[in-house]
Amino acid sequence: MSQQSVLYDAQGPRAQRRTRIGTVVALLVLAVLAFVVVRRLVEQGEFTMEKWGPLINPGNEAFDAVWRLLLEGVVNTLKAAAIAMTLSIVLGTLIAVARLSLGRTGRIPLIGLVEVFRGLPVVVLVYFGVRVLPDVGVPLDELPGGAVLWGLVIGLTAYNMVIFAEVVRAGVESLPRGQREAALATGLTNGQAMRLVLLPQAFRVMLPAIISQLVVVLKDTSLVTFVANFDELLSQGESIRRNLDNPIQTFIVIALMYIAINYALGRLAQYLERRQSRTAGEAGTAADEDSRVPVGGGA
Amino acid sequence: MDAVTENLDDYVSGFLTSLSIILWSLVGSLVLGMLIAACRVSPVPPLQRFGAFWVTTFRNTPLSVVLFFCAFGLPELGVIRSFFFFGVLGLVLYTSAFVCEAVRSGINSVSAGQAEAARSIGLNFTQSLRFVVLPQALRTVVPPLGSVIIAMFKNSAVVGAFGVGGDLWSTGLTLTSARGYETLPVFIGVALGFLLITLPAGALLHVIERKVAIAR
Repeated sequence: MSQQSVLYDAQGPRAQRRTRIGTVVALLVLAVLAFVVVRRLVEQGEFTMEKWGPLINPGNEAFDAVWRLLLEGVVNTLKAAAIAMTLSIVLGTLIAVARLSLGRTGRIPLIGLVEVFRGLPVVVLVYFGVRVLPDVGVPLDELPGGAVLWGLVIGLTAYNMVIFAEVVRAGVESLPRGQREAALATGLTNGQAMRLVLLPQAFRVMLPAIISQLVVVLKDTSLVTFVANFDELLSQGESIRRNLDNPIQTFIVIALMYIAINYALGRLAQYLERRQSRTAGEAGTAADEDSRVPVGGGA
Repeated sequence: MDAVTENLDDYVSGFLTSLSIILWSLVGSLVLGMLIAACRVSPVPPLQRFGAFWVTTFRNTPLSVVLFFCAFGLPELGVIRSFFFFGVLGLVLYTSAFVCEAVRSGINSVSAGQAEAARSIGLNFTQSLRFVVLPQALRTVVPPLGSVIIAMFKNSAVVGAFGVGGDLWSTGLTLTSARGYETLPVFIGVALGFLLITLPAGALLHVIERKVAIAR
């Protein structure tokens, strides 16, 4: 059943026997590990309804309140991520276009901008948005949704727009040069060629990268917990934990919610990528999906 | 910028604490990540499943949730350690998933013909791994692994935010909250500290990439 790997041939009888022995040994080891963990959980009373009830038993008195908090958290997480994502794509595209069309000297401040924001931890940028900006008198609280939401959005955008600027630039540069030359030859201006010919094709190539980056943004919304009060998913989990004193159970549920959303997005990105490498022949961009550098590198 | 110059000692010790978080996590996540990668490319189905489960779990969970789980969940199970330990542990668990994927995709990027050719001239498993597959895989692994490591440098700030006393980030927080400094200069100081780590690391990565790059 093991998929074909570079490392070994299709297995003969001896290798198959070895694999079977390995399978049994591995199963035993994993079973022992699982047993140790589960026994410890039972010993510490982590499987009791007292701990799990509020999360999984609809009859529990806290159930409704807990899930109202969690769902509100998901909504706020998605809202912040969606706004930050949209702004990042727009600003990132602008930066990329500027960098592609400016001359050698005009490019330098943009390269500096990209390097600086890319080199900072997102939590530091979120701090900048949420705490520093209001301190220096930026009236974020006049925006609909509140100051913390927009501070978080600004922090996330500052980081992700430069990531996108790089993605867009790579996307445009991956197009064959003839595309731009042909566009100019038909009488389009530089700007029109970028807007009508190059960017639409680049965005098609970039779609999987955009979706994978959305996963990163979604995860990073939780960083606001360290900086200010904002009712996104992790903060809601924190307040549930503080009230019910069931950290293991609460954080498992929270983690599962993040995993469900992000796993679905990841699969969507994979699907789009595969569909693209089937049809991308004409643009000459069929990249080997495994050798592609992951965007953002897991921030 | 008084906030930075007056508290330069705190900044320097914060910088060093951040470096030690980074160093421990680097060693831990590289070792663990390669072990998980070995599971994923092994011919043994349960190990493959375990590796896939590990990667799916930790790649899709925010680092902050992993940290919260380590610091509040593990003590419930009787694991009592310092915040520093839990912080590094959380960062190692989280980063190992990304290290695993970088290493695995490097191994998979070596074309099957290379290994077949190695076997057909009579090299055994260890030899073909050592002389043919790994040297090529390492070159492909360098860029993604490098960006994973730099992301980990930055994620050490989250570990600091989490409550490891005295690292670069929590130094900044103390200055603003406890000693009443303004946030902007403190922020700039913290940001410069991190750039001092990430920018040279990025430049170094670039040099290494150019050194090991091969035309395929």
